[in-house]
Amino acid sequence: MSQLQYFLSLVTGGVCAAALALSLVTPFETGLLLKTFLALGVLSLIRFILPLGLWIDGILALLGAAAVLISIGVFTPTPPYFWMALVAAWLFGWLFVERLSKTLAPRLSDNGGLGLLIPVVFGLSILVIWEVATRAGNVPQVILPPPSMIWARITASVPTLFADFQQTFLKAVLIGYVLGCGLGFVVAILIDRSPFLKSGLLPLGNFVSALPIVGVAPIMVMWFGFDWPSKAAVVIIMTFFPMLVNTVAGLNASSAIERDLMRTYAAGYWQTLMKLRLPAAGPFIFNALKINSTLALIGAIVAEFFGTPIVGMGFRISTEVGRMNVDMVWAEIAVAAVAGSVFYGVIVLIERAVTFWHPSVRGA
Amino acid sequence: MGPNAVVSAQNLGLTFKTNDGDVVALSDVSLTIDKGEFVSFIGPSGCGKTTFLRTIADLEQPTSGTLRINGQTPENARRERAYGYVFQAPALYPWRTIEKNVALPLEIMGYSGSQQAERIKRTMDLVNLSGFEKKYPWQLSGGMQQRASIARALAFDADLLLMDEPFGALDEIVRDHLNSELLKLWAATQKTICFVTHSIPEAVYLSTKIVVMSPRPGRVTDVIESDLPRERPLDIRETPEFLAIAVRVRDGLRAGHSYEEHV
Amino acid sequence: MSFATSRHECTARVPAMKRTLPIIIVLLAIVLVWYAAAIGMNAQWQNDVYRRADITNVPATQFIIDTWNQEKPVLPTAHQVFGELWNSTALVAPNKPRSLIFHAWVTFSATALGFVMGSLLGIALAVMIVHNEAMNRSLMPWIVASQTIPILALAPLIVVIGFNIFTGTMGIPTDPARLMSKAIISAYLSFFPVAVGMVKGLRSPEAIQLDLMHTYSASANQTFWKLRWPAAMPYLFASLKVGVAASLVGAIVGELPTGAVAGLGARLLAGSYYSQTIQIWAALFAASILAALLVIAVGIVERLVNRAMGARPA
Repeated sequence: MSQLQYFLSLVTGGVCAAALALSLVTPFETGLLLKTFLALGVLSLIRFILPLGLWIDGILALLGAAAVLISIGVFTPTPPYFWMALVAAWLFGWLFVERLSKTLAPRLSDNGGLGLLIPVVFGLSILVIWEVATRAGNVPQVILPPPSMIWARITASVPTLFADFQQTFLKAVLIGYVLGCGLGFVVAILIDRSPFLKSGLLPLGNFVSALPIVGVAPIMVMWFGFDWPSKAAVVIIMTFFPMLVNTVAGLNASSAIERDLMRTYAAGYWQTLMKLRLPAAGPFIFNALKINSTLALIGAIVAEFFGTPIVGMGFRISTEVGRMNVDMVWAEIAVAAVAGSVFYGVIVLIERAVTFWHPSVRGA
Repeated sequence: MGPNAVVSAQNLGLTFKTNDGDVVALSDVSLTIDKGEFVSFIGPSGCGKTTFLRTIADLEQPTSGTLRINGQTPENARRERAYGYVFQAPALYPWRTIEKNVALPLEIMGYSGSQQAERIKRTMDLVNLSGFEKKYPWQLSGGMQQRASIARALAFDADLLLMDEPFGALDEIVRDHLNSELLKLWAATQKTICFVTHSIPEAVYLSTKIVVMSPRPGRVTDVIESDLPRERPLDIRETPEFLAIAVRVRDGLRAGHSYEEHV
Repeated sequence: MSFATSRHECTARVPAMKRTLPIIIVLLAIVLVWYAAAIGMNAQWQNDVYRRADITNVPATQFIIDTWNQEKPVLPTAHQVFGELWNSTALVAPNKPRSLIFHAWVTFSATALGFVMGSLLGIALAVMIVHNEAMNRSLMPWIVASQTIPILALAPLIVVIGFNIFTGTMGIPTDPARLMSKAIISAYLSFFPVAVGMVKGLRSPEAIQLDLMHTYSASANQTFWKLRWPAAMPYLFASLKVGVAASLVGAIVGELPTGAVAGLGARLLAGSYYSQTIQIWAALFAASILAALLVIAVGIVERLVNRAMGARPA
């Protein structure tokens, strides 16, 4: 047992013991599940005599979480030992994760699914703490609604959420993304033959990437109206430069030997481009596609803060914030998060298929 | 310049202009390489041996003198695909399988699909890589990768093979093996080979002619005709004849006296 | 081979003039296209103006000059934008709400506060992640995943709720509360890139370098300060540059939904409400200049740190 594990075990047992002692003053029937969990928690101190498996800690964490979740609303007001039980459950979760990660091979991401368990445990514990803290702590809904309420809101407003998704993602983001990336790619190919244009445009392209380009949104809204074309225009501008800069860098990524080789074959410009330089540029182009997937979504949502028809994810977020319908805002953010990571994930899958040969993909 | 001259250089010079002043990479190089010869270029770093090879390949342009490949300018020779070039690194494209890498020059030169398949099979046999056609370069060892790059240079049947320290990055054991294979390949294909190396045993073992070069300015200090038989088992390297040539090469390198004075 | 490479190295040392000339030409071309586009895009309005005033037979030069100098043009020209920039910076006292310096300062203070908080947090978290396997495995996947989601969408929520908590629960006056809530957005936008970059940097030493420290039986602390930390510096500054730009975007977006009256974001929004295109463009340019200054400032710090560490100047 490492020092940290030793310490954690001791604190966890201590918290359980203290909470159990506090809970014993209440009638026996109230919070029976909590008391059971706390008693088991105290029992876990036995590990200093008799080693306990790490899965016992995992089960105790799970039991604690369940006990705390079920006991919400049993008490008014919430007694201190309830919060201590929450802390104890969290500590058991930590102990479990700490011990599990010690048993896994360091730096190896897979470990047959066990490696995946740890971030899942972390995510779940955040959700549980969030749920318990907001509901048992009576946090006003306008400040932070519990996850269960957000989920209820999501299931109850599927048509609205889908309409917003369609307006923002399927129209503005996808169309803008395809046009912006395509344009950046084509311009990169066009200026590739001119060192003068390259040395003129590249520093500007790099510079632009540091600028708050979303700020062009009001101008685009003025030029192209309230509907999705103005958002697509913002997305085009935001995605154009990363694609341009990365493609130009990628086209120069082939080594001198590889280019000399093409020269010994007396290969023409287009042959060299198609057979050597574009394949070699693949990892760079996909890098831009990945960066742009996030930028596109940000651009479209923020552009909607400047005016939209009455539909769209950014529109919904800004108006529902104004009406203090915070659960709807969170629902919309959840949709945006899922859309964003799925979008990104799809591009990563394509990248793995196309640039399978690159060391970064081979190693993964 | 005889009718058999594949490469013929007269008073060839090449000067690189740099910010630190001119660097004379080649100075007054005159040399003739006949058909079917195996010529090694040996010398310390900066002696211009690689530069000379690159000049033959039209990868560098001479600043004085004349150079003819098969009686043509290097540029025309390159356009006619007169030579195959093997670089220091295999430079195989990682996104292509081994057979697709060998097919690369064939695609560029417009060979038909059936011709490509036939040539791939033949050259893969020649370098003993049959069975590895569908592998990717990064799945092969360094020696196998370099063999694949030789197959790629042989695929389009150029009569001249230019090799720039092709085995320099490989370990001694693999290198010995590839050297003897290269000799067999040379005997089988009757090609003219120009071979740049750092290694005296390698140069003596492989060559019919050894060109000793020295730096500052890059120039030819000795040309040694080898009288070893064409059939050369690996243990020829312990014979007195072999050692005599090796001693002469070493003397030639020492005469260039570059190691002691600069570095 | 050696000659060939040495020649390439030499060509890389191009004189400054040769490097800036293409940029200047491209910029000039952009300005030309800009003015040409302004004629086309503002023509319709200009014709309407003439029709209403019953002016006919306008000479072409007059027409062009008029399209370049409208009050609310579809596309303001460069001299209008820079004129507005000049008027609202040099000619106005910097404490007046009409001054862009005033707005830029409001945005900058939120950006800087948030950037410092976010960067420190990101560095601290990276240090913990590198030293604790459980933290690494719990947090890293979420931090990486969070980079794929549009966290900026949370901005309005954070601003409004943060503002309410700060003013309501904590009783902080409105101006600092508004600053704090914007700074939180800036902080968490710069937090993610800094944390990811720093983890990468702290892990950048190679196995043999770590093995060397191991042969000296160096403590974790010594390995950290003598190897990991210096090795992480290039990564840190690269991600700080990304982070400071993200912080600025966060602060600007944070000024959109609050009904805030100060800040470059508020200036953009006000401009778009009243169709003050010149004002929008001026605010946009001010934001860009601010972004450039911030990135340059990080770059200067980077150079100073490099010099202090005795690194080879790049």
